[in-house]
Amino acid sequence: MGPVKIVHYINQFFGGIGGEEKADVELLVHAKPVGPAIGLQKALGERGEVVATLVCGDNYVNLNMETARAQIIEAVVRFQPQVFVAGPAFNAGRYGFACGEICKAVAEQLGIPAVTGMYPENPGVAVYKSAPKVWILPTSDLAGSMVKVLPKLAAFALKLGQGMPIGQAAEEGYIPTGRRQLEHAATPGAERAIDMLLAKLHGEPFVTEIPAERLEKVPAPPALSKLQEARLVVITTSGMVPRGNPDEFKMFNATQWRKYSLPEHGVLRPEEWEFIHGGFNTAFAQANPNVVFPLDALRQFAGQRFKELYSEFYSITGVGTSLTMAQRAGEQIAASMHDDQVDAALLVAT
Amino acid sequence: MVLISAMPQLAQQVGASRVVAGRKIPHPCGDPTLPPELDFKVRGEIVGMALKALEENVTDPKIFVPISTN
Repeated sequence: MGPVKIVHYINQFFGGIGGEEKADVELLVHAKPVGPAIGLQKALGERGEVVATLVCGDNYVNLNMETARAQIIEAVVRFQPQVFVAGPAFNAGRYGFACGEICKAVAEQLGIPAVTGMYPENPGVAVYKSAPKVWILPTSDLAGSMVKVLPKLAAFALKLGQGMPIGQAAEEGYIPTGRRQLEHAATPGAERAIDMLLAKLHGEPFVTEIPAERLEKVPAPPALSKLQEARLVVITTSGMVPRGNPDEFKMFNATQWRKYSLPEHGVLRPEEWEFIHGGFNTAFAQANPNVVFPLDALRQFAGQRFKELYSEFYSITGVGTSLTMAQRAGEQIAASMHDDQVDAALLVAT
Repeated sequence: MVLISAMPQLAQQVGASRVVAGRKIPHPCGDPTLPPELDFKVRGEIVGMALKALEENVTDPKIFVPISTN
């Protein structure tokens, strides 16, 4: 058979257009490999051909999902690939979400199998790993590992394009999808279970057949019956810190959260704050902090809709935050709020 | 607690119970491309919706959309 035809989807950064400030770019179609697709083509050799690279801004896709999806589907149809490749997105949340959604759409609407790659903690994994005909290969959280990922994406894409059956996650190297496939086992279940139990009792290794998935579902707290009497506190994930960044917040992968005092003069002055955050364009927030911390609006409502805004706020840099760190921070912040007798919290995400 | 996010579907899918649709990722609580009075008005609508969300009982994750974010 001829080379497997592939269309590769990437974002504005990997497409060489720009960073955060270009995240709103609309779909650009190149009838050839661009950016990482060049590396993918190299890894494919003669066995595959990247017939097109689709480049789209992360913000554009996520905020105009229906339009972007339709435009991308239309472009894919034009090129008639056998396989669709997206990313890899590593730990970029919006990019991971875009890759997942587009792969799902291509597989669903066109029946074309799709493969992408991302860090297992990328929120795109939890949402899209079970999409039919979509596979997610695990990557590290660092884009520097691109060189290692592309050959794996190429190999998987070729397998899909050649119509070869895809086996179990552990063998094929993709993130478990949660989908079940019936198989015939050599020994009955009762025997396998006893073997596992004996191994466990002897401290020997064994492989479980049913891994328990830890998906924490947090029940919704009940509504506030007396908002007018409530003390409200704000949490911002914009990495908003006093000028000078006294606690040395990092731009990615937060290892701390802090509580800072709101100014007595009651206004967020640009010269008194800065935003340590590597995941979004902080220019707007720096010019007017109210757009990520709505203090002016909250002060209007204070004393009327709710009793008071707490004089301190919580700040963390919310990009590439490990799940463990986020959980720990959440627990600690909740305890602190409890001590301060806070009744409600407003979390503004960026 | 109520979450203001410019990506409300993502927030809903990962299980945040009360989600208010923010404007855009770099400025969820306002629109700096508008004149200051209108930007402030947009901000007021978003914060006002967040306060409403705090007073409403929800069972499954719910997205609240302020008028101006439509």
